[in-house]
This record gives sequence, structure tokens and C-alpha cells, in this order.
Amino acid sequence: MTPLDTLRFATRAATGYPLRTFLMVLAMSIGVAAVVVLTALGDGARRYVVNEFASLGSNLVIVLPGRSETGGFNPANAVTSTPRDLTVDDAHAITRAPAVLRTAPLTVGTSEAAWGGKLRDVTIVGTTADYLKLRRIDLALGRFLPAEDPNAAVAVIGAKIQSELFGAEPGIGKVLRIGDRRVRVIGVLGATGQGLGMNADEVVILPVAVAQAMFDTNTLFRILVEAKGRPLIEQAKTQTLEIVKARHDGEEDVTVITQDAILATFDRILGTLTYGVAGIAAISLAVAGILVMNVMLVAVAQRTAEIGLLKALGAPGGAIRDAFLAEAALLSATGALLGYALGQLGAFGLRTAMPALPAYPPDWAVIAALGTALATGLLFGVMPARRAARLDAVQALAKR
Amino acid sequence: MSLIELSAIERVFTLGDSEVHALHALDLAIAAGEYVAIMGPSGSGKSTLLNLLGLLDRPDAGRYRLEGRDVTTLSADEQARVRRERIGFVFQSFHLVPRLTAAENVALPLMLAGVAPAERAVRVARALADFGLADRAGHRPDQLSGGQRQRVAIARATIMRPAVILADEPTGNLDRATGEEVVRLLEALNAGGVTLLMVTHDAALGARARRRVVMQDGRKIADGA
Ligand SMILES: Nc1ncnc2c1ncn2[C@@H]1O[C@H](COP(=O)(O)OP(=O)(O)OP(=O)(O)O)[C@@H](O)[C@H]1O
Ligand SMILES: [Mg+2]
Repeated sequence: MTPLDTLRFATRAATGYPLRTFLMVLAMSIGVAAVVVLTALGDGARRYVVNEFASLGSNLVIVLPGRSETGGFNPANAVTSTPRDLTVDDAHAITRAPAVLRTAPLTVGTSEAAWGGKLRDVTIVGTTADYLKLRRIDLALGRFLPAEDPNAAVAVIGAKIQSELFGAEPGIGKVLRIGDRRVRVIGVLGATGQGLGMNADEVVILPVAVAQAMFDTNTLFRILVEAKGRPLIEQAKTQTLEIVKARHDGEEDVTVITQDAILATFDRILGTLTYGVAGIAAISLAVAGILVMNVMLVAVAQRTAEIGLLKALGAPGGAIRDAFLAEAALLSATGALLGYALGQLGAFGLRTAMPALPAYPPDWAVIAALGTALATGLLFGVMPARRAARLDAVQALAKR
Repeated sequence: MSLIELSAIERVFTLGDSEVHALHALDLAIAAGEYVAIMGPSGSGKSTLLNLLGLLDRPDAGRYRLEGRDVTTLSADEQARVRRERIGFVFQSFHLVPRLTAAENVALPLMLAGVAPAERAVRVARALADFGLADRAGHRPDQLSGGQRQRVAIARATIMRPAVILADEPTGNLDRATGEEVVRLLEALNAGGVTLLMVTHDAALGARARRRVVMQDGRKIADGA
């Protein structure tokens, strides 16, 4: 029997029992589709987060107050209990580092914004003029915080604040009440949609001094530092740390992280998550494999007389085994391809429902799903096929 | 030299602790081109004998020579090859593959032998025409009458031009007239040189054979014209 004939015979056998074939193909396709959709979701989440971090701005180094746990035991830390606050002066000092292009201090808090009887909760970001370039922010209207006057009572508002407080009327020039202070709106941010952590459309950006006064504090939430170039990121990090350490009496009481490090961490966590869901979805593939075995065993039982006939016609055991194996492979392959199509459709549905999420299944997941489907189909097809090949011809023929 | 030569054949089935001697001390020689009816009461070992001759079963003792070759010692795959090339089976219950058309059923032995599809089609078409089934080529077995089904089965049994046709009650599922028609077909094949062994319960059909072997309790009790 030629391989082509074996395949043709198996195809006729598969199409000869449509319900059985349909169920098996369905089970296999659900398994493959599950892997494709779930990994698309996981990998989409990973890409989304990574992109969000990338959009923070490039070549970024971030200074946080407090010593990171991962630094290990440091005798200097053991002496002092409270770390020094991060201040605007620290930010200015860092700007003078050779590898640093610019810095932006960051104070974050919440307050209420009111205008014309309308009231709304807002996120307050206190920073400086350099924040605009550092974060690569687009302005829709007006201008950003002035570099000349750090104490100006001005505000730049997010797109949503603009539309909710002022509607179609431009908010530029209006005086907004925030908490117990009055600030003049000088700029409106372009709409960006949901950003990581905070919604950039719902922020009010104030000069850092104004924000600090409003929250009655001298400390900063973060200092954002932009290195002069990608190769200088590590240098910028070291220099930043040295400067802050020198200013804080030689104590390393801040944590300096690079954006790359954060990115890598998120990449790893979400990547692992994706492998995890792929593994869970793969269980459904294994279940489908067991179903393949059951269905093929039923097929062998159903077609016992036919197997006896093939033997009487001179089919060697190997030819019969191959025919049943080919049938299992065929059903698995069809199921795998159908599942792939369904999975891609599902991923497309995800992307349509959540346009922000780049829900594309990763190549490795697609290859693994298709490979596992075929392998389990064949593996679980071997036992029934061998059983068919070993049937006693006389007894098989006697079966009706 | 005989086409078929059985000597001192034993076939014993063990059921629990009782033994059934389905074939016992059987000697049989059949020359090429013979037409032999195998008769005898139910359970006398006729089907067992035919299965053994068709290499579907192995004897527990004794020797079976087919065309001068001891075939009992052949490997399973070698026996399959002998079945494929030298032996044609015709069964009482036709044994057609239900999902395949008449043409595809007839083509099965050619497919198993690895004959190319083009040549297959030519040979199948000719065989179907020979058996008056030309207009039934695309029909599935459930769309055929009993007589037509058995003709498809005979076409399938002869498509490889075997040396011997083993027919186990080929008319058992057919009415008298259709049965006679089928037997005439088999006899025509025999007239063309194929050795024909036919198991039958029907004395009238048995009487048409040139030689009758009568079995009882696994033994041959009569053999002759
Ligand atoms: N697989 C088996 N296991 C046990 N006993 C068997 C087996 N096959 C056949 N026999 C026994 O062997 C004996 C001969 O059986 P066989 O089928 O050859 O009879 P037969 O002459 O063909 O009968 P019938 O005319 O009813 O078809 C019977 O007693 C039967 O019960
Ligand atoms: Mg019988």
C-alpha cells in the first residue's frame, strides 16, 4: 500500500463517520484554540506593559527614596533608621552629572479641582518644565510649565479634565480652584488614553513647588533622570547614586533603577505567566489526545469485520496499523488547523474588544500547540492502531 | 504436483478445559483447476478448513503445501503476500466495506498490492463490466441487491487473478435464483482455470461440483466425484 493510498483510505474512513470525526476534530481544535487565545492574551498583556514602560520616555533612570531590599545588608543603613527625603535640590544636583541630560522631580497626590460649580477628583503631578521633554508629552493646547518661574500658580490639565470641566470651550486662561489654591490653566495635554498606573488624561500638572506647598511637604515621590544616550544609562545611574549619596552624608538611602531593569522584570514576570497559561491550556490538548485514543479504539471495534476483511485480502499488519495511525493523524491535524483558525479568530476578537491590548499569539505558542496536537494525536493513536493490526483475522471476520 | 496438499492436519480449539478437534488427521490434495464442494453438517470443520487453506489460521500440527511450498512456516507478512496474490475469498455475508463504492471495494486488493491508481481504474472497470456491474460502480453496498453485492465480492476476489478461490457458503444469504446465478459465475471462473473450493449446505449445489469432500467431526468422511 503506497503512503498516498494509506492517506486516501484514512480520509475515506474519517469522512465515513462524520459525527465521530466532528467530535474528535472539535476536541482537538478547542485545545489548540485555547492555547492560541490564552497565550495571545498573556503575551498581549506583556507587550502592553512593556510598551507602556517604553512610552515613559527613553533612556530613563528613576530615583526612589529609601533603600531597596535587594541591596543586601549595609552597615550604614543599620545606624540610621529614617532615610533622608528626596528633594528638589537633589534633582538639581543630579542634572549636573556628566551623563545626565535632564531631570524632573515628581510629587504625586490627589485633590479636587473645581470650576464653575463643577467638582472633580484629580491626580496632581508636581514637576518642572523638563518633564515635558523627558516624558515626550504632546500638548494639545497652550504651553507647558514655565522654566523661568518655579512658583507660578499655573496648571496644565489632562484632556479629560478639560472636557469634563470646560466642555468644548477651551480651558486656557481659566482660573481653576484646586484644594484651597487657585491656578491659571496654561496648557492642555493631548489625549493619550489609559496609561500605566495613572490616567494621563485625568492629571493636573503643577509646578513642583506649588504642589509641595499644597501637600505641605518637601519630599519628592520620584526623580526622573534622562541619560544623554542609551550607552550612558549605566553611567547616569552610577553618577546619580554618587551625587545623592554625597548629598545625604554618604548614606545610600535611595534606590536608583533603570527603566531597562523594570522592563526586563515585567517582561520576565508576564512572560512566565504566558508560559503558565500555555501549560494549562496544553492540558486540554492532552485531554483531546486521550479522546483521540478512545475514539480510535471505538473505531477499531466498529470496524473489526473490515479489519478482518483487509487481512483476508492480504493486508499485512503494518498496512492496517498505518491506516489507523494515518486516520488519527489526519483527525488531529484537521483539529489542530481548525483550532489554529479559531484561536486566531479569538485573538482578533480580543483585539477588537480591547484595542489597547496587542493580543497576538507568540510564534512559539502556535508551533507548540500545533506540534503537541499532532504528537498527542499520533501518540494516542498508536495503541488503537496496533490493536487493529494484531486482531485475529478469523475472529475479526466472524464479527458482524 | 498438487496445487494444495494437506497432510495430517490437526486444528484443536480449547474452550475452558474441553478440547474441540475442529480438524483431525486431515489429508487432502487438490490439483490446479479443480472444482471441489466441501460439505457436511454444521460444526464439522468446513469453515476451519477453508480458513486454514486461506492462511487466515494456522494448523496445530501437520503440513500445508501451496503450489509446492510449505506455507505454514511463513512469517505473517509473507502469508499476507500469498493471500494477496494467490488466494481469493468469497464470504457468505459479502464483507464489503460499507462506506466504499462498488468500484472502491473491488479496487481494495489492487490498492493493498500497491498497483498504481491509473492501472487500478482500468482493471476495476473491466472487472465490473465482466460481472455486469458497470452501471453500479459508484454505488455503495447498501444501494445494491444481495446478488449484486456478492458479484462485487467475487469481482474483488478475482481482480488479483488468484490461483484459488475459497468460497464459504457464497449463496447462504441469497435466494435460490440469485444463488444459482452467483454459482454459475464462480463456475465460469473455474472453467477459466481458477481452482474453486466452495463450502455449501445445499446438496443440489454440491452435486454440480466435480468433486465433493464431506466432513464430519473434523474428519474427512468422503471424497470423490
Ligand atoms: N475460535 C473458535 N474457538 C473455539 N471453537 C471453535 C472456534 N472456531 C470453530 N470452533 C469449533 O470448531 C468446530 C468447527 O467449526 P466450523 O466453523 O469449522 O464448522 P462449520 O463446518 O463451518 O459449521 P457451519 O456449517 O455451521 O458453518 C465447531 O465445533 C466449532 O464450535
Ligand atoms: Mg462455517
